[in-house]
Amino acid sequence: MAFHEPWNDAVAATIIAQHKAQEGATLPIFHALQKAFGYVPAEAVPMIAEALNLSRAEVHGVLTFYHDFRSEPPGCHILKLCRAEACQAAGGDHLATGVERQLGIKLGETTPDQQVTLEPVFCLGLCAVAPSAMLDDQPIGRVDAARLDALLNEVRS
Amino acid sequence: MTIRFFISRDAASLAVGADAIAKALQQAADTKGLAIEIIRTGSRGLFWLEPMIEVETPQGRIAYGPLAPENVAELLTDGLMNGEPHPLCLGRPEAIPYLAKQQRLTFARCGIVDPRSLEDYLAHGGYRGLARALDLGPAAMIEEVVESGLRGRGGAGFPTGIKWRTVAQTKPGQKYIVCNADEGDSGTFSDRMIMEGDPFVLIEGMTIAGIAVGATKGYIYIRSEYPHAVHAMEAAIEAARRADYLGSNVAGSEWAFDIEVRVGAGAYVCGEETALLESLEGKRGLVRAKPPLPAHVGLFGCPTVINNVMSLATVPFILAQGAKTYQDYGMGRSRGTMPIQLAGNVKHGGLVEIAFGVTLGELVEGFGGGTRSGRPVRAVQVGGPLGAYFPVDLFDTPFDYEAFAARDGLIGHGGIVVFDDTVDMLKQARFAMEFCAHESCGKCTPCRIGSTRGAETLDKIAHGMEAEHNLALVKDLCETMKFGSLCALGGFTPYPVMSALTHFQDDFTPVRHAAE
Ligand SMILES: Cc1cc2nc3c(=O)[nH]c(=O)nc-3n(C[C@H](O)[C@H](O)[C@H](O)COP(=O)(O)O)c2cc1C
Ligand code: SF4
Ligand code: FES
Repeated sequence: MAFHEPWNDAVAATIIAQHKAQEGATLPIFHALQKAFGYVPAEAVPMIAEALNLSRAEVHGVLTFYHDFRSEPPGCHILKLCRAEACQAAGGDHLATGVERQLGIKLGETTPDQQVTLEPVFCLGLCAVAPSAMLDDQPIGRVDAARLDALLNEVRS
Repeated sequence: MTIRFFISRDAASLAVGADAIAKALQQAADTKGLAIEIIRTGSRGLFWLEPMIEVETPQGRIAYGPLAPENVAELLTDGLMNGEPHPLCLGRPEAIPYLAKQQRLTFARCGIVDPRSLEDYLAHGGYRGLARALDLGPAAMIEEVVESGLRGRGGAGFPTGIKWRTVAQTKPGQKYIVCNADEGDSGTFSDRMIMEGDPFVLIEGMTIAGIAVGATKGYIYIRSEYPHAVHAMEAAIEAARRADYLGSNVAGSEWAFDIEVRVGAGAYVCGEETALLESLEGKRGLVRAKPPLPAHVGLFGCPTVINNVMSLATVPFILAQGAKTYQDYGMGRSRGTMPIQLAGNVKHGGLVEIAFGVTLGELVEGFGGGTRSGRPVRAVQVGGPLGAYFPVDLFDTPFDYEAFAARDGLIGHGGIVVFDDTVDMLKQARFAMEFCAHESCGKCTPCRIGSTRGAETLDKIAHGMEAEHNLALVKDLCETMKFGSLCALGGFTPYPVMSALTHFQDDFTPVRHAAE
């Protein structure tokens, strides 16, 4: 499962310090923060700005440009459902509607019990075994509703 | 005696249960007290037969698949250890027609070697390209790539050697090799497969590029959707460094070269080369106006070669076997082979590396075996989300850059997505507009605003509102996007939209949609 620790200034400062010397360090820093905390909160922006000698507006602009970075903490598990063409061709639309109904949330939302965040993704490179999904870092191919159900029950128990 | 087994660790193999098979095999062997070794390889690219096991026998490797974990123990009793016949036995993988009909040059080792083992790479002909390149020297190695006819496999099809020559001619100083591993096109996975299945070939290709143009540093920009490829590349780079194939004296020569992996962040437009450079610099992925070309003013303002994974991974073959050998494959101005990817609703999804010139029909019906649903094929989208939809009538089109362009399409990165007759082409056209709106970098109005208007207008047509007027509007909008966009995101979105409109008119008539 995707374990994330609660936001912590000191930990964030250490992570930023580890990456600040890299050329073009913003994305590596965002990724490292998101890996630790599950999201990149607004509090991180001034810290990164100062470390990289950029304006807050610049850092905010970069952060919000990329679809990957979350501004809110996600659920314990992240289910990415592929919504691109090869998966559409293999019944992906139907699957997405079914999962939304089953979890009671829309793509982009987190279940009220904070267990699962459902995210759309545009291609996982698993197009030969479409439709596909990724549960935390586990790729899943030839997905059908029953298989997803079983996997979700497994991780939620 | 220890029997050796091979099971793929490719993400698509894992997605259909390869780990469970490996575990079941080990358990069954332990129970029976048999000594086995399981080597995790990349994939052969025959995904409908996966999960697959190969066993080493005196006759060569013998494959079994597709397997379920329950099959494994019983198979072990039924002769899996010596490659005996069985309903699930596929024989020698090389003899499976899907593979036998291919010409695997770039993918020669993929699915065969252990991607974590540099020794295995060397044992299978690895680094022979670099050895010959070092003998030739920078100028001659560039000419070799020029002569091979290799064109960029990322989509634009620009001759790789000419790009290198331009960078080589800039004055000495800091230069970069950037490998574009953003592979954002739906229906494509060849970059992912090579990075996971034969990562050293990409390292070797980048190293040759670095020496050729005088660059000492390379970046691989891998999309974040590919965590397994990131791990595989990082492990391989580490191994190459330890063996001095990367570092200050590459393979004992006077040349220095090293590589760093960077991870993207879910922006499709960052596959566009200048947006990718911006992203590597830590900025928003905004497309830069050209000129200046990245070859002159690229990463951090320095001359930069930016090439797709396939382009760079093909270079070692060209250097090792000679430009002529590569050039002999193909048709017209499309030389060599193309790693084509069959995806979507297709019976035999996978990777087909074959000389240019094979027809679309041979690929979809011959290799692909039609749809997985068993229904008739209605449309195929070639070349990703910016590629055209082709009807079955155009299946005689040969896979070739110019032949596709002549039919208002493109081959792009070689992805073919198959749809059956349940597809609604208006919906697909709308998705193309929506995707463009979602991924637009925002720099030009036709792309940023036009795509949103396009989706809205297609919705009106779907609801039977002033269909004729709105169809004219969509066509007009496509013209504006085509000519008024800075890059191919806005500029090529008209390909899927217009091809759907042209070849599948029925789906855009009010009658059909009003009836639903
Ligand atoms: C919106 C957009 C997305 C692109 N995505 C990719 C990609 O994912 N991978 C790639 O290699 N090229 C992509 N390209 C093409 C690159 O701009 C560029 O042509 C390529 O990296 C050059 O390498 P090559 O000459 O080896 O093909 C994209 C272009 C556009 C306009
Ligand atoms: S066409 Fe779209 S993605 Fe390309 S530069 Fe213009 S706004 Fe950006
Ligand atoms: S389109 Fe879904 S994995 Fe590629």
